[in-house]
Amino acid sequence: MAPAVSITDARLEYGGLVLFGGLSLTLAAGRITALLGPSGIGKTSLLRLIAGLAPVGESGRVSCDDGDGVAGRVAYMAQSDLLLPWLSVLDNVALGARLRGEAADRDKARALLAELGLAGSEAALPQSLSGGMRQRAALARTLMEDKPIVLMDEPFSRLDAITRARLQDLAVSALAGRTVLLVTHDPLEAIRIAERIEVMAGRPASLGEPIIPPGIAPRDTSTTEMAALYGALMGRLGAATP
Amino acid sequence: MSILRRAAIALGLLAFWQAVVWLAATPPYILPGPNLALLALVEHRALIVEHAAVTLLEIVLGMAIGTLCGAASALVLARFAAARAWLLPALVVSQALPVFALAPMLVLWLGYGLGSKVAMAVLIIYFPVTATFYDGLRRTDPGWLDLAATMGASPLAILFRIRVPAALPALASGMRVAASVAPIGAIVGEWVGSSAGLGYLMLHANGRMQIDLVFAALLTLAVIAVTLYFAVDRGMRALMPWQSDTVS
Repeated sequence: MAPAVSITDARLEYGGLVLFGGLSLTLAAGRITALLGPSGIGKTSLLRLIAGLAPVGESGRVSCDDGDGVAGRVAYMAQSDLLLPWLSVLDNVALGARLRGEAADRDKARALLAELGLAGSEAALPQSLSGGMRQRAALARTLMEDKPIVLMDEPFSRLDAITRARLQDLAVSALAGRTVLLVTHDPLEAIRIAERIEVMAGRPASLGEPIIPPGIAPRDTSTTEMAALYGALMGRLGAATP
Repeated sequence: MSILRRAAIALGLLAFWQAVVWLAATPPYILPGPNLALLALVEHRALIVEHAAVTLLEIVLGMAIGTLCGAASALVLARFAAARAWLLPALVVSQALPVFALAPMLVLWLGYGLGSKVAMAVLIIYFPVTATFYDGLRRTDPGWLDLAATMGASPLAILFRIRVPAALPALASGMRVAASVAPIGAIVGEWVGSSAGLGYLMLHANGRMQIDLVFAALLTLAVIAVTLYFAVDRGMRALMPWQSDTVS
């Protein structure tokens, strides 16, 4: 079972400016939490704090409710696919084992690729793939790590609308049961796949009351209920954006 | 580039050479035309091949040792901060010394044979290879490093599995520069003191007013240099199929 993850007393100072201080956030166990907010507010910095990639000037405590630390239990997926251009798609998916000097479970990597619709592309170099295929390969690499905590930094923001929707659906089923933080600037994406939406606003930034969208993800965003939620989210984001 | 175009460029250069000879109307013992140089090349082929083999060996050994030393230095610089603090300034200062001024001493220390020429070539190659490869090693995409860090990669794994492959295109640039300057090192070494090689042959032919032989040796050297450059270029491209040109 994936643990709940808590960040307490997070603080980020950049160039003498306090972007946030005393910030606390809890990621519900085995759920997708979306973190929304305007650009430059510090969403990515908060994610990096959990990932153990905190830059200079950032501090905070990260803990899990099962008592263990987060180190070694996190998989990370960024906005760009970060596929290594000199490795085949299969080797990219198995990158973690390669970097740790372990034997890679290539059958598992193949199965994951097939599950994400990339069967037949195992031997291809990333450059020969479309943007959507590359991001699917990146998702396969993230799942291959098989970590209980998954941190995603705007993973689908560079994709076209249809590809994005398909990948969101794939992500929801593939990430089920894991504790996920999804940083996004797209309210619709948050409504579609998150079970809890946190909005980061102000300077220094703080988190308001989280929004819990009704129903089961992936949601149909064309209903009036979701449209109302979208409106409310836009309102909060608008108020947060100077 | 097609073979036809390469042949056209070579022929164009030869034609230009011939035109200068005709227009300036210089006597052949001052500036022989390409026909005389080619004639000398055929006539003295055994001699030229013998000396070219020596020069070629010097260049290839110099390339190999210089590239290995340069690449190893760049890796040490990238891996150890202390090495950067101490070695980098020394490296830059060493480049301020003209390598050519060292040639007589190299001959004094390493003798008339192969050693001093290879050392010359190594010295001239070392810096461009070190500088370009180190530059490449420093400029790894930070996203890849973040990803590797979350995957629990060791610093050594990050260096050899991510930084090094990512820096190969930079190393290739350094090796292309090295391939084009390595012959200079070998020839300068031969001029300062040697008993064999194309530089030695040219110096002696010049002294005996066999200018056509000088040009024949020069042509041979040009062929060696161009072949070496394209061999390195092709080799590095084959090694990096993911690296495509964006200049069309």
